Amino acid sequence: MTRVAAPLPAKARRSRFWRRFVAHRGAVAGLVLLSAIVGGVLIGPWLWPLDPAQIDIAARSQPPSLAHPLGTDQLGRDLLAGLMAGGRVSLLVGLVAMGLAVGLGTLVGVLAGVLRRWDAPLMRLTDLFLSLPLLPLLLAAIMLWRDSLRALLGPEIGIFLLIVGAIGLTSWMQTARIVRAEVLTLREREFILAATALGTRPFAMIRRHVLPNILGPILVSATLGVGHAILTESALSFLGLGLPSDVPSWGRMLYDGTNYMTVTPTRAIWPGLAITLTVLGVNYLGDGLRDALDPRWIRPVRR
Amino acid sequence: MTNNKGFSRGWAAAFVMTLLPVAASAERGASGHLDILYWQAPTILNPYLSSGPKDIEPASLVLEPLARYDETGAMVPWLAAEMPTRANGGISEDLTTITWTLRPDLYWSDGTKVTADDVVFTAKYCMTQEGGCQQAGKFSDVTAVEALDALTVRLTFAAPKPFPYGPLVGVETPILQKAQFLPCLGGAAQSCTTQNTAPIGTGPYRVTEFRAGDVVAFAANPHYRDPDKPGFATVTIKGGGDAISAARAVLETGEADYAWNLQVDPSVLDAMADGGMGQIIRSFGTPVERLMINRTDPSPTLGARRSTREGGAHPFLTDPAVLKAMSLAIDRAAVAALGYGAAGKPTCDILPAPAIYASSANDDCLTQDLEQARQILENAGWVDADGDGVREKNGIRLSVLFQTSINPVRQDTQALLKSWWADIGIETELRQIDPSVFFGGDPASPDTFQKFYADIQMFTNFFPGTDPEAYLNNWTCKGIPEPANSWLGFNIPRYCNPTYDALAAELAKTSALEDRAAIARQMNDMLMQAGALIPLVHRGDVSAISNTLLGVKMNSWDSELWNIADWTRAR
Repeated sequence: MTRVAAPLPAKARRSRFWRRFVAHRGAVAGLVLLSAIVGGVLIGPWLWPLDPAQIDIAARSQPPSLAHPLGTDQLGRDLLAGLMAGGRVSLLVGLVAMGLAVGLGTLVGVLAGVLRRWDAPLMRLTDLFLSLPLLPLLLAAIMLWRDSLRALLGPEIGIFLLIVGAIGLTSWMQTARIVRAEVLTLREREFILAATALGTRPFAMIRRHVLPNILGPILVSATLGVGHAILTESALSFLGLGLPSDVPSWGRMLYDGTNYMTVTPTRAIWPGLAITLTVLGVNYLGDGLRDALDPRWIRPVRR
Repeated sequence: MTNNKGFSRGWAAAFVMTLLPVAASAERGASGHLDILYWQAPTILNPYLSSGPKDIEPASLVLEPLARYDETGAMVPWLAAEMPTRANGGISEDLTTITWTLRPDLYWSDGTKVTADDVVFTAKYCMTQEGGCQQAGKFSDVTAVEALDALTVRLTFAAPKPFPYGPLVGVETPILQKAQFLPCLGGAAQSCTTQNTAPIGTGPYRVTEFRAGDVVAFAANPHYRDPDKPGFATVTIKGGGDAISAARAVLETGEADYAWNLQVDPSVLDAMADGGMGQIIRSFGTPVERLMINRTDPSPTLGARRSTREGGAHPFLTDPAVLKAMSLAIDRAAVAALGYGAAGKPTCDILPAPAIYASSANDDCLTQDLEQARQILENAGWVDADGDGVREKNGIRLSVLFQTSINPVRQDTQALLKSWWADIGIETELRQIDPSVFFGGDPASPDTFQKFYADIQMFTNFFPGTDPEAYLNNWTCKGIPEPANSWLGFNIPRYCNPTYDALAAELAKTSALEDRAAIARQMNDMLMQAGALIPLVHRGDVSAISNTLLGVKMNSWDSELWNIADWTRAR
């Protein structure tokens, strides 16, 4: 059995990756969608420089107009500006928390799969985290460390790190389990046995043979993780333990908007749509990445 | 004098009420089942161990006081046969004793007779040390409670008591059954779970099921004194959810008949009421939405001494210039209009009602004046030297942590205040806390309003009845919550001023109503001028009732459910 990923020059590998990625139409659509959203929240505030916290009591709960393309909320704050500011926060929370969760989950899963001695203790640790009631744990953590982190890093960064850390540290377990299962099936495959016979060291084995083969499941759980993190953040905000009410995030805007569903329904629709599109985009992107990075890739048969 | 007038109004009300059942000619339980929503769920049904209306009002279906306040604020005899006055000899000439006579037709819901011993026991229950009685303040200068015969009780006070209707009057101090609560005296009070969650009472209902923090089921009391009442055979008080979903359940879906305390954006509430299933009822009592200013230092570096007097004074919130500027920067009319609509009036007083007690000395705060606020800060030496938009002096930045409970209206108010304070160079960090934690009173939680680990916090407080003495006593030095008293006490700003304490003592000795009102106004003005509290909105109570519910008389002076025995269903 020869290795599928034969040593290719870096440039050739990149162009092969790109060819495969472009062949996946959904992935391209996901990339475009996600780039549009990320670009919108990053560049948007330059083009639409209204302050999202600017209160204008005279213009409260207004329908969309030229002055406010998405309308205003109950205090006359511009919803478009709020959506862009909220997107920055939500995307940052989603990506950082997902990165933390997936990184930790992959580490635990791979270690448990590759190193037999560590398998049982690490999996018991995973079970332990899975059986912990999540919300009370988050409540306790936030109550314990909120004030000290706030004093150390200032209110905004302190609470942001706390939220991201809390979400990341409590959502890595699914990834760890999936990764371990994948690694265990891989371990019995001939190419791994061959690599072992050739004297490959465990670390090189993980880097060159294991990780590329389990990238698919990791990316899938990463894409799911972004949505999960955005929604957990909004649940925490709802309980008063997330970011404060004056830091807009999509989750908080959605929660605030539901109260006004009968008066101004678009207030709940816009942030909800933004969350949906982001998660959808990340999912498709993940799909394409998985295909493009799969060492066992076979060109899809054209129908 | 006006007290007597109050009595005659009360008598008139009682007279009308005795006529009502004849006119309605209903029979007990004919209206079936009643669903009430209290979105802050009751956790105990013993008012002596609870400080919140969420427990005290549901308990008023079961437990009743000797006298209570009707919807006009007048006192009416309830378990007592008549109101004791100096004219009828119920109050002694030297104002040190009050003698109550019970109605002769009273039975507990287990069928036993109500006697004066029960009344004496109730007072003893609250006055016993270590019992943790939340209403102990009402009994503070009672020296003796004795039964003169089976139906007569005499309370003796340490000093002449011009307003002796504190103990055993009103929703907070009802009569308990001696036989049931005898094992619960003193330290055993908290552990008497059965008694505290299913008290035996004289009221129109008895508890059939109690699930703490969730639901309480009641059934009509078979031994209730009026054979035709109550109109509803069973009542459920359901807790949980939030104000908006409670309003929706009554006004839009008709799942419930009554929803309490609807602090909801008025535009949303009015839109719901257009649905035609129910209506909004409002009444004005004494509640004021206010900011409490922490006069002690809440810095986390102080550890256990934070927000206590040992921890030291607040670095800048004791400076009158800062407090004056913060108050001036607020447009109270906008806060009232946006958050409360018809149920809110801007106010500059912590004691806005009854009218005789309302001061007008602070009314200049009703007009927002950002320019003057900036000038005051400037003159006091608070300047923005480093150009970051926040003023500072001697290295101290004007940056406050402002906390409140989670509620959309309160978050809107927070956003408004933050923007106005930013305009005058004060930075605000907002924090929201779950209401069940914030108002929960758990001494182990750092987020309760008593602990006050923040610079400023906002909520509503009020006093039942019409006499403000106990309410104003909240801000005497001994009312400060601190570790030594398990964080009990309502002097949340940690205001301590010997002059104020002296006025409180004087108020306790003064009998003429005009003099009492003058002292009360003076105390209110002291608190306002010190900036210990910044009042925002005089709030009406807002509840929603189903269109099919009859007989509800919204009452801001007592339990909203005070006359539930008269409620019936329209056919």
